[in-house]
Amino acid sequence: MTQALCEATARRREASEEALVPGAALAERGLLRFITCGSVDDGKSTLIGRLLLEAGLVPDDQLAEAERESKRYGTLGGALDPALLVDGLAAEREQGITIDVAYRYFSTPRRAFIVADTPGHEQYTRNMATGASSAELAIILVDARKGLLPQTRRHSFIVALSGIRHVVVAVNKMDLVDFDRATFQRLEAEYRGLVRDLGFAGITVIPVSARRGDNVVARSSAMPWYRGPALLDFLETVETEAAAGERPGFLLPVQWVNRAGAEFRGYSGTVAAGRLAPGDEVVVLPAGRRSRIERIVTADGDLAAAGGGEAVTVTLADELDISRGDLLADPAQAPQPRHEASARLLWTGEASRLRPGDRYLLLLGTAEAEATVTRLDAALDLESFEPQAAAGLAMNEIGWVGLRFDRPLVATRFDDCRTLGSFILVDRASNETVALGFVDDAGEAPEQEAEATAPAALAGQRPRLVDASWHLTSALAVGLVTLAVTGSAPWGLAAAGADLALRPLLQRLHAGLAELLLAAAGREKAS
Amino acid sequence: MTSLSHLKRLEAESIFIIREVAATCDNPVLLYSIGKDSEVLLHLARKAFFPRPLPFPLLHVDTTWKFREMIEFRERRRRELGFELIVHTNQQGRAAGVDPFASGSRHYTDVMKTQALKQALDKHRFDAAFGGARRDEERSRAKERVFSLRDANHRWDPKGQRPEPWRLFNTRKRPGESFRVFPLSNWTELDVWHYIRAEGLPVVPLYFAAPRPVVHRDGTMIMRDDERLRLQPGEMIETRMVRFRTLGCYPLTGAVDSTASDLDGIIEEMVLSRSSERQGRLIDRDANASMEAKKREGYF
Repeated sequence: MTQALCEATARRREASEEALVPGAALAERGLLRFITCGSVDDGKSTLIGRLLLEAGLVPDDQLAEAERESKRYGTLGGALDPALLVDGLAAEREQGITIDVAYRYFSTPRRAFIVADTPGHEQYTRNMATGASSAELAIILVDARKGLLPQTRRHSFIVALSGIRHVVVAVNKMDLVDFDRATFQRLEAEYRGLVRDLGFAGITVIPVSARRGDNVVARSSAMPWYRGPALLDFLETVETEAAAGERPGFLLPVQWVNRAGAEFRGYSGTVAAGRLAPGDEVVVLPAGRRSRIERIVTADGDLAAAGGGEAVTVTLADELDISRGDLLADPAQAPQPRHEASARLLWTGEASRLRPGDRYLLLLGTAEAEATVTRLDAALDLESFEPQAAAGLAMNEIGWVGLRFDRPLVATRFDDCRTLGSFILVDRASNETVALGFVDDAGEAPEQEAEATAPAALAGQRPRLVDASWHLTSALAVGLVTLAVTGSAPWGLAAAGADLALRPLLQRLHAGLAELLLAAAGREKAS
Repeated sequence: MTSLSHLKRLEAESIFIIREVAATCDNPVLLYSIGKDSEVLLHLARKAFFPRPLPFPLLHVDTTWKFREMIEFRERRRRELGFELIVHTNQQGRAAGVDPFASGSRHYTDVMKTQALKQALDKHRFDAAFGGARRDEERSRAKERVFSLRDANHRWDPKGQRPEPWRLFNTRKRPGESFRVFPLSNWTELDVWHYIRAEGLPVVPLYFAAPRPVVHRDGTMIMRDDERLRLQPGEMIETRMVRFRTLGCYPLTGAVDSTASDLDGIIEEMVLSRSSERQGRLIDRDANASMEAKKREGYF
């Protein structure tokens, strides 16, 4: 047995003894889902392997196999290569890279973890995004020698886009820069500057060497200047707030209609938001018909109430025509069915580019529709994190688009409800998933305004700056036209001033009226 | 978070996946291997469609080399639950005398398991097959999607998997293509046992320790389940207190020394265990990346 194996075995025994608590208590510890990301060769798989190894969580037979393979494929001159504990595909081991997300499940006496180890190659960014979609925290690796790379930027942006609010920046390979404090501090400052506007709630920067294990499970004596926690310690104690999706009012997308005999008609689905109970009023969208919840049926008996994430079957007091893709909602808080939305897309199509005017199959919740890309407002420039004009989107590019549906669809902003605010686009010919989508605005604002303004760079809101400059520009135009018609400079100035002052007022008035009209139309349709 | 909510969350996720298949695929089938994961899968499927019966049949690929107690358990569950069960054996393979001893485990597995499965899926034109595999079992499984697309020859392309964000499953496929669907992807072995205990599910008694006749062969303990296992020179039958962590064909499934005779004992033993679940599976070690190679060929 090699030394690594001996040490790991000893640690594992220790960990096991600590972990040996009676069944129920074992599962009571919290669960943290996180991803590792970063550029190729930053050492993501090595870090996860090291974490598992040092925490004593690698079974002996898997460890022995990794030792055998280290001699064949390892990058550490035959010594145990921790990356081989996680890279599961033959091609990955041969090429020494990660191609697809690997999910690992491990627990320490303090917490249970699901980690998605995601690929660094740009080509496999869509697999990284798949991992990000289910995570609450991201570890972003940075090679201390190379600094921030384009993939660091891209991944940070996708992490923010996916709604992750907590990041750990692991500045790796500190051993290769002589554990230099100044290098670490420079990278920390650069990173914090880079992501300033991405809306992260917590950024923790830790200097590590995944290969050697410094600051991975225990604080390293090689970097006495670092006073923060070791990585595992941090992961075991970090508090991530509850995921978004706490909008008021229940939402239950109908997944499957259960017809058990002539008498029983139930609507099965997973509660996307809120709580529902028998007796609650319900509106069926998009049709707008009303009824009441009669029963919440499960195999374990009827429920008195059901909340977010529960898979249930409900029956209604009235016989209505309801099918998969419909939404049962609280009438007081129901979102409006829409034909249009603006959204951010991560293009994942390998063979095809996105072009305005193209049509795709859109899957959102349990609903599907044909979606036309009515406009491409901008694509993300990775250097500046700013939107830039673009004619199309290629694989791994991020853009802001407008979509039109061929039928009314109930969508919410991604920040309001993940289930109804996220979607995928599918190419009808190839069946390829060509985009992951995040709804920014499900058509609540008047269309004119939505079209007139450029997309916001970061959080998806329309930037005030652009709004303001648009107002100035249009006011200037009004002034110039007045000047041309009247030939009088004071009149032109006056017209421009009036436009500047009155237009926002009118716009707000228009928005209010439009909303009132739409709400009235909705009520009429519903009754 | 309580124990219940963790298991309930896993349960709800699996039920969502199972319903998604029923709603979007034409002709699904549930691969029933009689093991603990199959039992959990079956239980979840029954919950997903309650109060109506399962809207799809079960399929058991019988190699004719399963433990006798497994077949007894299968028949018992069929009587108790009344599900529709298809049992398929590769008759050409059987006629050709393919067996785990003379043919070698690799050839045997290919003919009696992989080919047999493909025959059954093709014969009944199933377009989606549920399996009880979990990502924590093995490295290449850790890489597989919940909806794993297979081409007309049932092959898996690990490099070309579709993104699977949130719970949005792209279930589109061309004629002839099919899905292998893994509702237990995010469960761990320990979760499975906790759930079995919480829900009071029965499992094949082979999972519990008992005195059983075993021979030592290739560093593994093989149970002599019937007289087809012939002793090689120098081999002796020994009665030992053993149990099985996974169940398959008896000549290819290693036993482990254990005194865990009930669920609490199993759970306690697992928390302390230093070897992985599939260590006893001989076929996993046939060649490097062997599970992946078999999956590419169409193995489950």
